[in-house]
Amino acid sequence: MTAWLRNPIALVVAVIVVLIVLMSTVAIVPETKQVVVLRLEKPYRTVNAYRTGEGFGRTNAGPVFRIPFVDRLVWVDKRVLDVDLPDEPVLSTDQLRLEIDAYARYRITDPLRMVVTVGTEERLRDQLQPLLRSSLRNELGKRRSSTLLSPERGQVMDNVQNSLQRLASQYGVQIVDVRIKQTELPSGSPLTSALNRMATARSQEAETIKAQGLKDAQIIRATAQAQAAQIYAAAFNKDPKFYDFYRAMQSYRTTFLRPDAKGESQIILSPNNAYLREFTGQR
Amino acid sequence: MVNSSGRDALSGTFHNEAPKSPWGSGSDKGEGSGGGPRNPWSVPPEGRRSRPAGSPSALDELWRRARSGGGGLPGVPTGARLWLLILAGLIAVWVLYTSIHPIGPREKGVVTFLGRYSGTLDPGIQFTLPAPFQLVDVVDVGNIRTENFPNSGENLMLTGDQNIVDLAYSVRWDIRSASDYVFQIAEPRDTVRATAESAMRAVIANTMLNEAIGEGRSKIEAEAQVAMQKILDEYGSGIRIQGVAIQKAAAPSQVDDAFKAVTAAQQEAESNRNNANAYAQRVIAAAQGEAAEFDKIYEQYKLAPDVTKRRLYYETMEAVLANTNKTIVEAPGVNSYLPLPALRRGNAPADAQTQGGAK
Repeated sequence: MTAWLRNPIALVVAVIVVLIVLMSTVAIVPETKQVVVLRLEKPYRTVNAYRTGEGFGRTNAGPVFRIPFVDRLVWVDKRVLDVDLPDEPVLSTDQLRLEIDAYARYRITDPLRMVVTVGTEERLRDQLQPLLRSSLRNELGKRRSSTLLSPERGQVMDNVQNSLQRLASQYGVQIVDVRIKQTELPSGSPLTSALNRMATARSQEAETIKAQGLKDAQIIRATAQAQAAQIYAAAFNKDPKFYDFYRAMQSYRTTFLRPDAKGESQIILSPNNAYLREFTGQR
Repeated sequence: MVNSSGRDALSGTFHNEAPKSPWGSGSDKGEGSGGGPRNPWSVPPEGRRSRPAGSPSALDELWRRARSGGGGLPGVPTGARLWLLILAGLIAVWVLYTSIHPIGPREKGVVTFLGRYSGTLDPGIQFTLPAPFQLVDVVDVGNIRTENFPNSGENLMLTGDQNIVDLAYSVRWDIRSASDYVFQIAEPRDTVRATAESAMRAVIANTMLNEAIGEGRSKIEAEAQVAMQKILDEYGSGIRIQGVAIQKAAAPSQVDDAFKAVTAAQQEAESNRNNANAYAQRVIAAAQGEAAEFDKIYEQYKLAPDVTKRRLYYETMEAVLANTNKTIVEAPGVNSYLPLPALRRGNAPADAQTQGGAK
């Protein structure tokens, strides 16, 4: 036990000093970060910069040493980041105003270049947003609105991604993906007219269905009548003369035998009537 | 468990003699019977003093002695040595705390050694080097999270035939790779949400409206799931989409009436067809009935044509004439006046003139 060890205050101070020295010379770089070391504010080297296809555990994450007050560490995110572009009005070639809600996912693959050109992640994002906007507008402004809603959309987005990549490369950024989250007709006349079109299309459909129903009903009825006629003919054609007689008898009954019309009809019979043949006693 | 072992270790450090106290409890774990809980870390003051209750606690005593730099009984650490012991105790607790990791059955622990990924812990009690050398990020991989869309209101999407559909759906996801999940994407949940919206809209944009609000649900769900998974794998997110479920797919509320009208029209058409079918059944049944009737009569007629015919004739006449009002028989040569119009009107007295003929 040396003398200074016996003095607790000295001990505490010593520990604190050691910690401060340690903390200012060693920094731990996690897997999610890359570091640009600035020596006297000049870029000196990078640590744990992104390399494609590296597996976790084989990266350069870990402790990094620096000279206190000489080296400054700039931390840069290594993960996939996103820049959002909500409600971007785009005018297609057929003069349809669409509201596009798009986003880009990107990764900073060259942290040194990023730090030199823009400095921080926030400023990078502020730079990328207008770039995404202009790429999107350029690409979508060349298209008909129907393209944005068709299977071709994937191709359109690839084009946007490529043009954004060209612009973003200067910042050491790799664009992972550009996507449209939403394509909306802006509220107001385009949306209303689309809804109206839907409604009229439906009304038309309703009318068609009704007419079709009536048509079907008519056909069903006619078919049934034809079938009935066939049945009648098949039966009555066996003896048309007898049918004539038999049907006449039926007809008389129907005409004169209405139960509600009792005693209303008058019939005048001549004695020569077949029915009265026997009545007159003629032989 | 961590606690108690740490405490034991520490109290062992201090526990040079059996502690004595005025209220008799010999345990080093505080018992709040009379004098309030005792600090288990403190060494009970030795018999050098016998203080009544309410005098400075053991911890104050400790402070006093630490400052005084001696004056305790032999065997009781003082001064710097006491400080070292306290420090050692704290470090021991720290080590125990940060090197034992209970990982739950649905969790994984992502271990980093000085920042670098060094492996994944499976469920159970796991040991690592203490912080700051090895840090463990516990990720709940078994828990299936659900994202609902939209958050509120209508969620209008454009369909392939330029129509608009109102869609509400949910996405269930969990974590396939804990390390990817922790290291690869900055905002996992936002990423899932953005991906889901994008993929779902892309799928709907290739779907016809009638399919979207009718038969095509399961197809849309499956396609959206595949599309989402593809995008998330591109990001290397370590996220797995368990399923997409459409809760509602309907026409926007503004055109709801028009859609209802279609349903009504379908009902109407159907009822028209049903009526026609009923009529058809009736007509055909009547025809068959009549035909059968005629056939039966005709069979009889063929057996005895004349007789049957006469019989039918007389029967009919009987019935008909019995039911009619008057029968006027005109004898030959007699002209009878009949006020026919009056007759037809039926208000004239029916003058029945029966001119008897030969008797």
